[in-house]
Amino acid sequence: MITTITAGELPEHATSLLEKGFRLALAAGHDDAGPDAGGLRAVYLFIAAAPDRRVELHVPLDRDHPEVPSLARLSFPAGRFEREMRDLFGIVPTDHPLPQRLVRHFHWPQGWYPMLAAAGEPPQFGDVDGPYPFRTVEGPGVYEIPVGPVHAGMIGPGHFRFSVVGETILNLKARLWFVHRGLEKLFQGRRPEAAIELAERVSGDTTVGHTLAFCLAVEDAHQVTVPPAAQRIRAILLELERLYNHITDIGALCNDVAYGVLNAQAQRVREQLLRINDRVTGHRLLRGAIHPGGARVAALPGPAELAAIGTDVGELVGLALSNTVVTDRFTGTAVLTAAQATDLGTVGVVARASGLTIDARHDHPFMSAQFPRPEHTRTDGDVLSRFLVRAEEMATSIAMITSLADMVGDRLTATAPITSGGGRSGVGIVEGWRGMITHRIETAPDGTLTRVKIVDPSFFNWPALPVALADTIVPDFPLTNKSFNLSYAGNDL
Amino acid sequence: MSALGVVGGIAQPVLIVAGSPLLVGVMRQVRARLEGRAGAGVRQPWRDLRKLLRKETITPRGTSEVFRIAPLLLVATSLVVAVVVPFVTTDSAIDPVADLFAVVALLALGAVALALAGLDTGTAFGGMGASREMTILALVEPTLLVAIFALSVRVGSTNLGAIVSSTLHDPARVLSPASLLAAVALIVVIVAETGRLPVDNPSTHLELTMVHEAMVLEYAGPDLALIELASAMRLSVFLGLLANLFLPWGIATAATPAALVVGVLALVVKVGLLGVVLAAGEVFLAKLRLFRVPELLAGSFLLALLAVAASYFLA
Repeated sequence: MITTITAGELPEHATSLLEKGFRLALAAGHDDAGPDAGGLRAVYLFIAAAPDRRVELHVPLDRDHPEVPSLARLSFPAGRFEREMRDLFGIVPTDHPLPQRLVRHFHWPQGWYPMLAAAGEPPQFGDVDGPYPFRTVEGPGVYEIPVGPVHAGMIGPGHFRFSVVGETILNLKARLWFVHRGLEKLFQGRRPEAAIELAERVSGDTTVGHTLAFCLAVEDAHQVTVPPAAQRIRAILLELERLYNHITDIGALCNDVAYGVLNAQAQRVREQLLRINDRVTGHRLLRGAIHPGGARVAALPGPAELAAIGTDVGELVGLALSNTVVTDRFTGTAVLTAAQATDLGTVGVVARASGLTIDARHDHPFMSAQFPRPEHTRTDGDVLSRFLVRAEEMATSIAMITSLADMVGDRLTATAPITSGGGRSGVGIVEGWRGMITHRIETAPDGTLTRVKIVDPSFFNWPALPVALADTIVPDFPLTNKSFNLSYAGNDL
Repeated sequence: MSALGVVGGIAQPVLIVAGSPLLVGVMRQVRARLEGRAGAGVRQPWRDLRKLLRKETITPRGTSEVFRIAPLLLVATSLVVAVVVPFVTTDSAIDPVADLFAVVALLALGAVALALAGLDTGTAFGGMGASREMTILALVEPTLLVAIFALSVRVGSTNLGAIVSSTLHDPARVLSPASLLAAVALIVVIVAETGRLPVDNPSTHLELTMVHEAMVLEYAGPDLALIELASAMRLSVFLGLLANLFLPWGIATAATPAALVVGVLALVVKVGLLGVVLAAGEVFLAKLRLFRVPELLAGSFLLALLAVAASYFLA
C-alpha cells in the first residue's frame, strides 16, 4: 500500500503505524529528476508481521528546501535512516536529536550529495570539513583506546573509540563508513538481470540473502509469480548460506577464547559446506544460482551428508560448552536486554538471542511452504545466547533443507518470465543469516532500475554493539564483536 | 670458578639460544597436529627470526632510549640467567649470581624493561599491555620466590646449584609434600610468566585481548627479532629451571666430555618433554577472563606458601 503525504503529515502517519505494531524497515531519499523535472522524495517503508503487511509513505519534497520532520523520537532506526538521507541526498531532518554526520566522513566535500542525480563525478577530496568529534568521557582514571580502522586481523575497516576505567568500558563509539562504494548508484540505469552481479556482491558472505531480496523486489515490481519449485530452491540456498556462516561464527567464537582446536574443526565443517555449495551452484559462495523470476541449481545436497554435518556441529557445540572456561567466558558477557533490543530495532540472530521472535522467514514469507518457528533454549542476550541461537538455527536449517530438497525432487531449474512493463516499485524482504534484508527498487517505464535501496541487517544491529558492551571489560570486546558479527560492507553501501 | 662451571657457562647459553626457537617451533607443531592442522614446521621460528633480522630498524616517532634499550636488556638478562643457572652442569660460571634472588630479579628486570618500553611508545596498546603485564608480574614474582625458597629451606642455601646438587644426593626429597606443592605453584607461575594459555594467548591477532603482544606491538625488524628470541629463551629458561629443580638427573657433575654430553642431552630431553606436555595441555584449555587470572595466581601463591610451611614443619 502506497500513500503519498505531505511532510507535515508524516509524524502523524508514522505514529499511528508504529502504534499498530509496524516497524520501520527502510527510509530512503529519492531524486525524481528527469524529463518531468520532479523534486526529491523521501520514502518510508513500514512493515508488520502476522499477517505480512507493508505500507509505504511517500513524501515529495521541494528541491531547494528539502526538509522532513524527524521521526527519531518515535523510532531509533528512523533517526539513523534520516542521517543517512541527509548525508547522501541533503534531505534535512528538522529537530533531529542527534544531527551528527553518519555516512559522510569529514574529508567529504561540503554540500556534495553523491546520490543526487546531478551529483556528477566526486570532486577532489582534500580539506577536512570541520571537526568530527567523539564524545569524551572525563573523570579520574578515564582513558581512551583508539582501535582501527586498520586492524591486526583480516576484518573490515571500523574505528572503535573506547573510554575505559581500568579495564571496564564506560563508553564505546563505533565509527564506520570508511569504504563507501556508491553501490546503490551503480544499480541505477541497469536492467534487473544485469544488476544481479551487483546484488551478489553487496556483502560477500550474504550472496543469497541480498540476491534473493533484490529478485523478490524485482518480481514484486513486475507482479510476477515465481513457481513453487523455484521458491523452494531459493529457500534451500538461503539455508545453505546460513549454515556455512553460522559454523564459521561458532568456530570463531571458540577461537576468540583461545580454544583453537574447535575452530580448526569448525573450519573443517565449513569447508565441507563450501564444497556442497560448489556442487549445488558451481560457486563456493553460492553465486549465480538466483535470478529474477527463478532459480537454477546443478544438484541438491543429500540428506545423509547434511545429517553427518549436523551431528558434527552438535558435537563441536557440546565440546565447547563442556569446557568450563569457555562457558565462563560466554555466560553473562555483553548482555543486550530484550528491552534494549526492541528499542534499538535489532533484527536477526542478535534480536532472537535477546528473546525477540522476529524472523522474516515467518513474518514476511516468500514461499508457501512453512516451517515451525524454532524455539531457542537461551535468550538472555549474552554471548552464550548468541552462540546457542546460531547452533540451534543450524539444526533447524538442516531439517528445512532436507525436507525442501525432498519436495523439489529433480526439478533443478524453475523460472517464470519477467514480463516487461515498468514504472513501478517493489519490495523484497528476506531473512539472511545475519537477519532481515530489505531491498526496495523502482523501475523506469523501459524496465531499467531508477533507484535501489538496500538495507542490511547490520545497519540495525551496529548500534546495539556499544550498548551491549557497557560495563564489559576491554578484553571481552573481540568476543562480543564476533558474537554480533556485523557486516562492514553491507552497512556501508 | 671451577672448570665445570666454565664449561657450563659456555655450553648453556649456546644451547639455550640455539634451542629456544626450536622449542617454540616444536610446541607450535605439537599444537597444530593435535588440532588437526598441518603446522608450519619446527624451524619456522628460526625462519621468522632470520626474516626479521634482515629488515631495517624502525622506531616509532617520539620514543626514547627506553624503547631502544628494552630488547637488548631483555636478551641480556635472559643470557645471564642462561649462563649461571645449573642447566647442564651443577657448578655455575659465576657462582654468586646463581642465587635464587638474583635470578628471579634478573628475569623480573627483563619483564619490567619491556613494560617500560610499552609505556614509552605512548600508545593505548602499549600502556594497556604494560598495565596487564605488571598486574600479572606483581602476583607471579612473589610466588616464584616463595616456591623456590621452599626448596632452599632444607638445603640451607639459596644458591640454585646447591639446591640442585642436594636433590641429586637425596632423590626421595622430590616426593616430599613441600617439593610437590612448590612444583605445582611453579608450573602455574611459569605458564603465567611466559604468556601461555590460560593466562595469555601467544597466537592471537586481537589487539584488545593481548598482554605480552600488546606491549611489543610497536616493535619491528631486528628489535622484534630480539624480543621474540628473548621470549623463547625465557620459556626455555623457566622450563629448564623447573626440570632441574625437581628432576635434576642427568646434569653433569664432572667436567668430562661424556658427562657433558649426557648433561646436554638430558636438558634437551627434559625441556623438550615439558614443552610438548605444555603445548598438548594448551589444546584443551581456553583463555581465562582477565579478572580470573589473579584468582589463579593467588591460588598458586597459596600453594607456594604451603610449600614453605611444609618444608619447615614436615622436614
